[in-house]
Amino acid sequence: MAPFGGKTAPHDEDLIKKLDAIALSLRSDSLIMTTKACSGHIGGSLSAADIVAALYFHHLRHDPKNPDWEDRGRFILSKGHACPVIYAALAKAGYFSREELWALRKIGSILQGHPDMRRTPGIETSTGTLGQGLSIGEGMALAARLDGKSYRVYVLLGDGELDEGQVWEAAMSASHYRIDNLTAIVDLNSHQLSGCTDKIMSLRPVADKWRAFGWHVIEIDGHQMKQILDSLDEAERIKDKPTVIIAHTNKGKGVSFIEKSFAEGHSEYHGIPLTESELAQALEELHE
Amino acid sequence: MSERLEATRNAYGEALVELGRTNKNVVVLDADLSPSTKTSKFAEEFPERFFDVGVAEANLISMAAGFASAGKTAFASTFSVFGTEKGLNQFKQSAAYPKLNVKLVVTHGGISVGEDGVSHFCIEDIAVMRSLPNVTVVVPADAVETRVATKAIAEYEGPVFMRLSRPKTPLIYEEGYRYAGTDLTFHLGKSVTLKEGEDVTIVATGLMVVEALVAASDLAKEGIDAGVINVHTIKPLDQEAILRAARKSGAIVTAEEHNILGGLGGAVAEVLVENTPVPMARVGIRNSFGESGPWKELFAKYGLTSSDILKKVKEVMKRRG
Ligand SMILES: Cc1ncc(C[n+]2csc(CCOP(=O)(O)OP(=O)(O)O)c2C)c(N)n1
Repeated sequence: MAPFGGKTAPHDEDLIKKLDAIALSLRSDSLIMTTKACSGHIGGSLSAADIVAALYFHHLRHDPKNPDWEDRGRFILSKGHACPVIYAALAKAGYFSREELWALRKIGSILQGHPDMRRTPGIETSTGTLGQGLSIGEGMALAARLDGKSYRVYVLLGDGELDEGQVWEAAMSASHYRIDNLTAIVDLNSHQLSGCTDKIMSLRPVADKWRAFGWHVIEIDGHQMKQILDSLDEAERIKDKPTVIIAHTNKGKGVSFIEKSFAEGHSEYHGIPLTESELAQALEELHE
Repeated sequence: MSERLEATRNAYGEALVELGRTNKNVVVLDADLSPSTKTSKFAEEFPERFFDVGVAEANLISMAAGFASAGKTAFASTFSVFGTEKGLNQFKQSAAYPKLNVKLVVTHGGISVGEDGVSHFCIEDIAVMRSLPNVTVVVPADAVETRVATKAIAEYEGPVFMRLSRPKTPLIYEEGYRYAGTDLTFHLGKSVTLKEGEDVTIVATGLMVVEALVAASDLAKEGIDAGVINVHTIKPLDQEAILRAARKSGAIVTAEEHNILGGLGGAVAEVLVENTPVPMARVGIRNSFGESGPWKELFAKYGLTSSDILKKVKEVMKRRG
């Protein structure tokens, strides 16, 4: 039996409180490690923290003592630049020590600027070039089907990432092959690298696009733990077609000055870390 | 060399704005990276001639080809890894083959990208792009050269790939494209001999030109007279200058921020071996993907410093005897 995951409803108050607290710690570690590294992507790490907490500390079947366990659930960070929040989760779950986080992006580190499956225990796929994760997830999901395995595959995508044509090639083939052991999650934080998605490349109507490609669509508030957990359960119950969870999120969630900067249409917190003094202010807000 | 630092991508951004003012036919496309490629400067001044396609490099390049087919001079920019690799077939099919006026100008070439790591490095772009017929491949050595190169590729009719860099690096040339007090003219397909040498010639491109100059002055202290040629156009290659240097100095060392396979070293080797075989050595990344880290530390670890050039110079001189 794995130490994590494979659990479904009921999602009681205590569980939600526990996962909310974990999400907070993932946020603060993401900020600390990127400030120490003097580089890294924070906006899209913070927006995904609740989803990542729900997966790694409740829903996803995995065993930090046995990263290569055959029956583990597969998680793919297709928006690879948000790896700080995954590294924080992997450290907290016990794949490696928290100290490793402070060597992020330094020479010789196991924690690369973008996910590297050969260097980092617990990282399933090497990503960083946007647009490829859903296709990789399909390959894994179909392999599970061939091998008679019960594991599921989860792919986290960014909304800017949905601009890539390959995402829609994958969307088409996933429904063609009726892949129902695959859950895609879109971190719909309404921003990409250089501005709001509405300004750079509109995705509207995003849910209809997925439906038109044959997917079961669930829309949730990506910061409401109960909604995240319920949607992951629902996806498991849907048969004969893939499911996408469209999670409406805020880029920079949890730190008001970052959220505000994005809300005003700025993009500097996409790929630039906090200064020491901004970090102090952010940590205070996260933990008050 | 000056103390002043400037990134070549920054010079490109400014040069594009200049171009936009004088040439109304120029359009610029980007794929959600304009703050980094610096096409944002053009976007601010000429929003009606700037098109962001989102994170969609294939669309970026074929759209640029469409603009070019309709008579525009189309600049398309993104990081080298995405422009070279996610839009390669688009560049070949819709721009290079029909000889269209598409200028694929990429930033973040090589490993000087630094902390973002392997997914964002591009150490195969020169090899890939120079193997495409009809394509001119340009790699400026500093910001000053980037300004004149941007102008030159806009004036040239045909597909161009130009590779720029992320970090701020020393200026080799004086403002206006002067070197050692002499005014230069930028010619596509011609190299710049920065220093003549009797004993060996270092043939370098991009950020490695600075390292080559440092190596040459260190070698001078040891009594070795090393020439330095800046190859800003990898294709068409200035064969004449390289062969002249080979005959004069009898040994060649190439230096590039690129895989040692297929880039400048490969191009120079092809020319030498068919004409004037002389001892030659290549400085470059030795067939490894690299890793994340501050770019100068990466240059040291992956063999891209002046002392790596110096070592190769001695090795090649020994071989010549
Ligand atoms: C193929 C590719 N093109 C460009 C980039 C550079 N890039 C990194 S993040 C990003 C924006 C991504 O936006 P989104 O998917 O919405 O991520 P989020 O806002 O959640 O951070 C871009 C263009 C990349 N990593 N891959």
